[in-house]
Amino acid sequence: MFDLKGYGPELLSGAVVTIELAFLSLALALVLGLIGAAAKLSNSRVAVGVATTYTTLIRGVPDLVMMLLFYYGGQVCVNMLSDYIWDTYEVDFFFQFNPFISGVITIGLIFGAYMTETFRGAFLAVETGQIEAARAYGFSTWHTFRRVMVPQMLRHALPGIGNNWQVLLKTTALVSIIGLTDMVRVAEEAAKAERMPFHFFIPVAFVYLALTAGSELFIKWLDKRANAGVIQES
Amino acid sequence: MADQAPLICKDIHKTFAELEVLKGISLETRKGDVVSLIGSSGSGKSTFLRCINLLETPTSGDIIVHGDPIRFTTNRKGERIPADNKQVELIRAKLSMVFQGFNLWSHMTVLENIIEAPINVLKIPKKEAIERAEAYLNKVGIYERKDYYPAQMSGGQQQRAAIARALAMEPEVMLFDEPTSALDPELVGEVLKVMQSLAEEGRTMIVVTHEMAFAKDVSTQVLFLHQGVIEEQGTPQKVFDNPDSERMKQFLAPKF
Repeated sequence: MFDLKGYGPELLSGAVVTIELAFLSLALALVLGLIGAAAKLSNSRVAVGVATTYTTLIRGVPDLVMMLLFYYGGQVCVNMLSDYIWDTYEVDFFFQFNPFISGVITIGLIFGAYMTETFRGAFLAVETGQIEAARAYGFSTWHTFRRVMVPQMLRHALPGIGNNWQVLLKTTALVSIIGLTDMVRVAEEAAKAERMPFHFFIPVAFVYLALTAGSELFIKWLDKRANAGVIQES
Repeated sequence: MADQAPLICKDIHKTFAELEVLKGISLETRKGDVVSLIGSSGSGKSTFLRCINLLETPTSGDIIVHGDPIRFTTNRKGERIPADNKQVELIRAKLSMVFQGFNLWSHMTVLENIIEAPINVLKIPKKEAIERAEAYLNKVGIYERKDYYPAQMSGGQQQRAAIARALAMEPEVMLFDEPTSALDPELVGEVLKVMQSLAEEGRTMIVVTHEMAFAKDVSTQVLFLHQGVIEEQGTPQKVFDNPDSERMKQFLAPKF
């Protein structure tokens, strides 16, 4: 039906890269988001300060600038560190910043900041009575967190997580800028070589659409599960 | 020690910022006592109840649960805090609380609410916890609602489920914090009836309440609090029929 001029397998492997990148970044973002929210809600002024600096900085700088900064800047830092270690300890230490790892780190860091805000709001939305009941029945802090705060927080966080995930998924397209052969990069090269932009970009657009539509269904299902026991409004 | 006092509170003080809410409240219970704490709002009765299970940390004073005094220490800011969180958790497991707003965990069914703490805090086997839960659900008359979520029940049913949750801990003392104040008037009776049956079984209960009839008919001891001190204390006959304090007389006087 649709002739991909022999670029099919490459596009497919590009799509796999996109999906891997998105899931790994999401995992990192969720972890950073939980840590960030915990820090922002903690009593420690240092933790609040660090987390606030993180979210302000990340949310204030364009994703593309951040991506370039981490990829090129990250390599410069590694080089400097490696020179320093060689000079002082005479140990050979070096690694190449690859586009995939910088992509995961950058996207994870960016969306970690958004997740921090999502989780923070969600934790604050848990009724104090629910937590008080847990304490009054002798739950440990960890048990209260795991059995009461997290399940109740998720109800409030899921819509925000879903939203962040969709934006994250689309942000992965940016890594083609730093040379990762994701789906967009393959399509770009193919489109240039064959002079057929529609031919290659439209299928790519559909893959993104399929991924976001699929995840929307999944989030809806999760949301329904998390909201068991809550009377749904209309 | 069979007849050890389930709960003794000695000279409890509580200050929030500059405001002294409790100015030395003492209470000694015997097994089977039903203590009603009455008084107008702001008198400190709920705060006192919340000090007993350490939801609030008393600024000074001792709490002894079944012979076990709660240990305190001072943190870096100079505030008094419990010395041993593990001890607090163990003590809380012996003092189950029923809240004004029920506070059933909304993401769990009634049965899950009731077995959660027995399994995870008391560490009893799940099967036994379920049997226990079902027995208490029968007792409070909502067995058939065991798989409902709290939001699917009326306030009276939720509060009875909360009482079953408290009973499933088989506690030394049950603490009731205005258990009927959030209920529609026609639902108050079903909750009070359950509480009365618990009193008749000889369970030790401390009840913060505005239900004067309950305080008068069911309690063995009544404490009337006013501005953080005990104004009047004694048997219900004494407190209601023959009070010494002028405040108590005013409190009992018909309002209109």
